[in-house]
Amino acid sequence: MIINHPLLGPRDAAEFVYLGDASLINRPDSATSNAAEQFYEYLYLRDNVAGEMRELWYHEQGDRSWLVVTRNTLTHEISNVELARDVARAQGRNR
Amino acid sequence: MSQVNRIEQGLVDTNRELKFTFNDKLYIAHPGDTLASALLANGQRLVGRSFKYHRPRGIFSCGSEEPNALVELRRGAYLEPNTRATVTELFDGLQARSQNHRGPLGFDLMGINDLLSPFLSAGFYYKTFMWPKAFWEKLYEPVIRASAGLGSLSGLPDPDSYDKGFLHADILIIGAGSAGLSAALLAGESGARVILADEDFKLGGRLHAETLQVDGKSGSQWATSTVKTLSKMDNVRLMSRTTVYGAFDHGIYGALERKTDHLASAHGMPRQVLWRIYAKRSIVCTGATERSIAFGNNDRPGVMLAGAVRAYANRWGVTPGKRVAVFTNNDDGWRTATDLVNKGVEVSAVIDSRSIEAPASVAGASIIMGTNVIDTMGRAGIHTIALSNKQTIKCDCLAVSGGWNPNVHLTCHQRGRPSWNEKQACFLPDGVLPPGMHVAGAANGALSLSSAINSGFLVATDVLQSLNLNAAKMPSVNADDESTNIEPFWHSKQSTKRCWIDLQNDVTTKDIVVSHQDGFRAVEHLKRYTTLGMATDQGKTSNVLGLAIMAEHSGKSIQETGTTIFRPPYSPVPIGALAGRSRGKEFKPTRKTPSHDWAEARGAVFVETGNWLRAQWFPIEGETHWRESVDREVLQTRNSVGICDVSTLGKIDVQGKDAGEFLDRVYANTFSTLAVGKVRYGIMLREDGILMDDGTTARMGEHHYVMTTTTANAVSVFRHLEFCRQCLWPGLDVQLISATEQWAQYAVAGPNARKLLQKVVDPDFPIDNENFPFMACSDITVCGGIGARLFRISFSGELAYEIAVPTRYGNSIMETLLQAGEEFDAVPYGTEALGVMRVEKGHAAGNELNGQTTAANIGLGRMVSKKKDSIGNTLSEREGMNRENGLVLVGFKPVNSASTLSAGAHFVTRGNAATTENDEGWMTSVAYSPTLECSIGLGFIQRGQARMGEIVEAADPLRGKSTSVEIVSPHFIDPDGERLRG
Repeated sequence: MIINHPLLGPRDAAEFVYLGDASLINRPDSATSNAAEQFYEYLYLRDNVAGEMRELWYHEQGDRSWLVVTRNTLTHEISNVELARDVARAQGRNR
Repeated sequence: MSQVNRIEQGLVDTNRELKFTFNDKLYIAHPGDTLASALLANGQRLVGRSFKYHRPRGIFSCGSEEPNALVELRRGAYLEPNTRATVTELFDGLQARSQNHRGPLGFDLMGINDLLSPFLSAGFYYKTFMWPKAFWEKLYEPVIRASAGLGSLSGLPDPDSYDKGFLHADILIIGAGSAGLSAALLAGESGARVILADEDFKLGGRLHAETLQVDGKSGSQWATSTVKTLSKMDNVRLMSRTTVYGAFDHGIYGALERKTDHLASAHGMPRQVLWRIYAKRSIVCTGATERSIAFGNNDRPGVMLAGAVRAYANRWGVTPGKRVAVFTNNDDGWRTATDLVNKGVEVSAVIDSRSIEAPASVAGASIIMGTNVIDTMGRAGIHTIALSNKQTIKCDCLAVSGGWNPNVHLTCHQRGRPSWNEKQACFLPDGVLPPGMHVAGAANGALSLSSAINSGFLVATDVLQSLNLNAAKMPSVNADDESTNIEPFWHSKQSTKRCWIDLQNDVTTKDIVVSHQDGFRAVEHLKRYTTLGMATDQGKTSNVLGLAIMAEHSGKSIQETGTTIFRPPYSPVPIGALAGRSRGKEFKPTRKTPSHDWAEARGAVFVETGNWLRAQWFPIEGETHWRESVDREVLQTRNSVGICDVSTLGKIDVQGKDAGEFLDRVYANTFSTLAVGKVRYGIMLREDGILMDDGTTARMGEHHYVMTTTTANAVSVFRHLEFCRQCLWPGLDVQLISATEQWAQYAVAGPNARKLLQKVVDPDFPIDNENFPFMACSDITVCGGIGARLFRISFSGELAYEIAVPTRYGNSIMETLLQAGEEFDAVPYGTEALGVMRVEKGHAAGNELNGQTTAANIGLGRMVSKKKDSIGNTLSEREGMNRENGLVLVGFKPVNSASTLSAGAHFVTRGNAATTENDEGWMTSVAYSPTLECSIGLGFIQRGQARMGEIVEAADPLRGKSTSVEIVSPHFIDPDGERLRG
């Protein structure tokens, strides 16, 4: 596969390490009352999507950017690639 | 002349002779021959034995689809089994042998299997060898494996080398036949970056196999002149002997180039190169492969595909027989008859299954329409065929054409499914093709020469436009537009003999019937049940025939029946090529520490830890056992001073205004409160609360920390920290960089460590206990001004320091330290002594942080701060991780001090049987302690802290022993830490 890195352009997938569902960005707040429940769901309950999925890829053999790659798990078509930190910021993760 | 079947020059160079052997017999051939054409030229019809029944078999095709003519090439370590004679380019001195027979090829002792064939039909293995179960492994499987099979490996390391390479192109054109050449010509002239790849050594495809005309000259001449034109274009790369074997994601193609297979010796060049081709577009011009017809004994040597028979005549000047008969269901088969007659070869009959007017006249041949072949005679090669009209015909070669299957494989590598075309009686590419892929020529159903050439031009024009390139004007080419009419005819219903479908796997029409009866009707089931379409040829000549017959039995259409999934590779790719240079020690990189050369010169014994090579111990003269060296290194360190290379530990520089805050969030304990100039031990959890890693982190400045990780986790911890930094807390002002390879680091440990270091550290930096107490750190200089770092930390439990210098000083600081230490009898120690001392001190390491244990387990539960949020804190509070009877890390001593402990032993209360139910924990690390003069161990046991002094059994059924051990503190030496603070 080829991942179109937002900063570096098209790169072979072999340069990357795959992590999984981009929902891992949404780490719960440990201060909330049902934090244990939320962390359990965050860590263990994830969708196994047949179709378009947002995934985390790490450019380990490159610039060390974490990317959010929107990939169709059936066709491997990649429709969007974003810097994970931009995605996280957009979701309000500013601290 | 020994080449009894060489009738003319063809495209081989008859002026030069090449000698080769087949089964040790010497033969003559010419440059341009394949092993198959050379064997046929020399009248060698029998070339091998079949996979299951050991039936005599001959050459069937002229390309990579060959199911029969698999041979062993070369000798000794160079031996290569299962090589297709039809694609083996002949060279002088080539040695080939037939395979899969016992005794001579002409009289195979395993031929008995053929007589047993009534018992060996589809599903035979599954039905017969069900019981007794134990017999499978010991009896049935070895016997079956010995009798069924292909060639054998040399069993020696492959002496050849293989390479990998990467190529980029605007357009990759796969196949250099009529469509591929025309597409390449247009794309090349239009200025596109083109790669044209073909598996053959001679570009041109079937243009060289036919007598069809292009622009008034032979197709072969047109191909040759077109290739010449292309070879002059800088933007076109021609790759012959290159099989594009797979279409992968996003326009990436795998290709195997056979660089030196056609030479007697590789002369140091790589034998094959595995290319990864990145192409914006591809044009699949892979042509078509002929299929056979099933009739009685249609597997005998001499029965061949019709297109192959005329290819041997036209391209190689070889007739596969002196008297040839043709059996066809289409017009194309007739061209074999006419081409042969034009070369003066006798054609005894043309049998056509269609009840139509004969499409051509063939001088001297009986023309028999509406009839089919039902049987052949001749054990080691046919001499007679029997027809459904009771006629018999004499022939020593039967050319069979059941029609042509477009080579759609690459179009299906991403699960595209081809559709059945009734008119052309073949599957054509359909559905969603891999992105950027286009198909031209016979592969897309343009079966006649003229239509294929035009298709190449048209598709290339479309592709160029899609790339926003100006397409050159399409040349007008006047080529033959031969007829390709066909009426499907799959198998002879009148035949009472075995009718073969898959020659490589010995599958007959009867096997299809059995498969249908037994309920294995879906094509994928049919394949697994009968083995139809498996092995090296993947059913290129047989699949469609098999599934058409299945369709007939199940009353479904061929479209409904469908094909099995096509997967890469198109044809076999050697494991050696896939491995490339990554073999043996080159499989992964070897990392050497900055003072590796010094250690090597010192005679160190090295151990592999991950990619690193680390000195394990340093034997000195007179030492004959590793324990002598290790015991000496431990005792000398504990008694005076020792030096150990710890450069492999991961080092991560953490800088920024929020560095402390960041560390608080990734470590379970707190770092923001650490004073500048101090070091703290930290534990890192995974989000699920399990221990991930541990190490020390030093605060070098207000906004500057230096973290160390374990050697094993250096990469994964860094990846995790970047995840935390970028994905979880992108607002923190913190930057990370891996500094593992920037610093050479050495532990200096023992009562004389300070005295030694004082001789090396520049006097501006006092390191006495008051100025530089336990857990202090500082930037310093050594040896008169060389920047360095000093940390007062101890893994051994001794008064100890770790000194870090820039990598380039690694060797020299080691020499300097040892020179300075001469007066103290300083000793270098390796990882083994390091391990012994950490067990003596009760420090957890990889064996204890094994991905299953918690901070509470290693007795550090209180380090997990509840005042702040950090990775893993929340879930580490789960009930299951905080059980009353949870495992706790403690020490173990044998009751009988002469006993040796073993890691992996499990603890049971005395008197209890050593069963899983009674399991209370396990021994994680053991060592012989030269300090205590006995074997000691660390391990996890339930409620360990409360059981000090209890004697339990360390059961080790794997090694057949059980040892009584006493539960003790894990701190075997200096439990109060006086030494390291001294």
